[in-house]
Amino acid sequence: MNFHFTEEEQEILSMLHDFCLKEVAPIAAEVDENERFPEETWHKLADMGMMGVPFPEEYGGAGLSYLTYIGVCEELARHCATTSVMVSAHTSLCSWPISEFGTEEQKQKYLLPLATGEKLGAFGLTEPGAGTDSAMQKTTAEDKGDHWVLNGSKVFITNAGYADTFVIFAMTDKEKGNHGISAFIVEKGFPGFKVGAHEKKMGIRGSSTCELVFEDCIVPKENLLGEVNRGFKIAMMTLDGGRIGIGAQALGIAQAAIDECVKYTKERIQFGKRISQFQNTQFQLADMQARVDAARLLIYRAAQAKQDHEPYSHLAAMGKLYASEAASNVTRRCLQLVGGYGYTREYPFERFMRDAKITEIYEGTSEVQRMVIAAWMWVK
Amino acid sequence: MNILVCMKQVPDTTEIKINPETNTLMREGVPSIVNTFDAFALEAAARIKDKHPDSKIVVVSMGPEQAKAALKECLSIAADKAYLVSDRVFGGSDTLATSYILSNAIRKIEELEGKFDAIFCGKQAIDGDTAQVGPEIAEHLDYPQVTYALEAELDGERLRVLKEGQDGNMVIGVKTPCVVTFTKPSFDPRYPTIKRKMAANRAEIPTLTSADLPDIDAARIGLKGSPTHVKRSFVPERKKSGVKIQEETDGESAVKLVQLLGDAHVI
Repeated sequence: MNFHFTEEEQEILSMLHDFCLKEVAPIAAEVDENERFPEETWHKLADMGMMGVPFPEEYGGAGLSYLTYIGVCEELARHCATTSVMVSAHTSLCSWPISEFGTEEQKQKYLLPLATGEKLGAFGLTEPGAGTDSAMQKTTAEDKGDHWVLNGSKVFITNAGYADTFVIFAMTDKEKGNHGISAFIVEKGFPGFKVGAHEKKMGIRGSSTCELVFEDCIVPKENLLGEVNRGFKIAMMTLDGGRIGIGAQALGIAQAAIDECVKYTKERIQFGKRISQFQNTQFQLADMQARVDAARLLIYRAAQAKQDHEPYSHLAAMGKLYASEAASNVTRRCLQLVGGYGYTREYPFERFMRDAKITEIYEGTSEVQRMVIAAWMWVK
Repeated sequence: MNILVCMKQVPDTTEIKINPETNTLMREGVPSIVNTFDAFALEAAARIKDKHPDSKIVVVSMGPEQAKAALKECLSIAADKAYLVSDRVFGGSDTLATSYILSNAIRKIEELEGKFDAIFCGKQAIDGDTAQVGPEIAEHLDYPQVTYALEAELDGERLRVLKEGQDGNMVIGVKTPCVVTFTKPSFDPRYPTIKRKMAANRAEIPTLTSADLPDIDAARIGLKGSPTHVKRSFVPERKKSGVKIQEETDGESAVKLVQLLGDAHVI
């Protein structure tokens, strides 16, 4: 498989890198400490055209490759994981299904302002009783002729507190299980829809993670996304793509940990030597970099396959599984190399460790990724 | 409004190294950037365009072919069109010769882009620090000028310019066409956008040579046409800066000294 960034794509990522050094990195610790959603960064990224990287220009996007979009998620995560997931939930989980399954009217009305970044997107599948077992949806959508009525609730919804547009899944036919789920586009402000409690989390603490509540929420007929009872497929396909973005987030966090750790070990003196002079430090860091680069190749391969319209579900699962576990492994070992200082909040290592952990959980746990891979291998 | 921004490509370093043998700047290995103050001038122009979207921003630079990279950066941020003024015979020009060539080039560009209502420059380049080229362009063109500007906005046929002063700022009204040179404002220049970046990569940047400027007087350009010459460049020896402790009483000064030594882990 062949994948590379063109010179222009590299320039765009380098432009983002400069932006991140000035606007994202300096506030990352504060965003984490105060559990503050970096709303200003969203608007600045929108001005640059970073909120709709892989979508066609006629729908407000930048018209760039999926691989470039993945590069954007990775670059953002090198500086602030919260910011990376803000962009990836918006792009992969809300804009993408509308772009893929939406009607022309839906794309004009919803994709365009999402891709320009004027509006922020979110995705609601998970429920209190339907996590990995996402087919156990309790939220219902009732056909009332000229509109739908949604009842139920969603939990752990990324971007929820600031999003304008939500892709929401609900049961339209309880008898049919998976085949009775439909997808809807819900706007903030639809009657009967409200954003509930904000979760206090271990990592990505600036990310706005909330509950959504639907109480006789009225959704216009035309806001059904795709066909009735075909929503589960939309959800699964959307998550396949989302996993590549989360894998890229894991890469960014892991690389940031290694880069900071290298810097630290070249300055820290113990036993009269820079600790980078000890072979343990060298071997540990070499192993970590090799592991992160291997993860990077898996993630880029999945992104390229998606770009090329090849089957990528298993590739995304392998990439996310490996990258997220690499991120947890690497951030933990980097903190260990830094020792006591690494454990303090003066240094970013404990934040890296907390931020890495979520990548093994959301958009499919590592166990779900293993299920996807094993099923692809026909191991039953 | 039709605005021309003059831009110089400069080495990206605050610690410019000088080759002790030749007394010239060592540019190798140092990345080049848009002169910081020129970026402020471009931002000032962009802010006028934000309010008056029918405005046009043209950017011009005199320098070698490589300066096109900096011109493209200006295109990716806010400029609509870019021109490079480049010719071997322009090499070695001092500020007077440079401003003479640029003022001729401005007249030429006006034939192509229409008359400019304002010419915006950075107050000075961060490598040469002369702050002469902008004001000299104004003299060559016989235009009014405002220097050390922070902001500018359109006010009918005039520009309202907020100017930084020694003891306070001033708001100056100036007739167009005019020259305004900019210093650091309170806001940061905007970032490039993906769309502009991609358009800039595909943009053709015309080069104006001496052949395009037939009215130019060959005796007033290049090394020979320059009344000033750099005899020598050098880095002055720096004295290490100290800390002055002068509290109300000697006792307080002593306490302060002990505290500072303690903070520095000296004692």
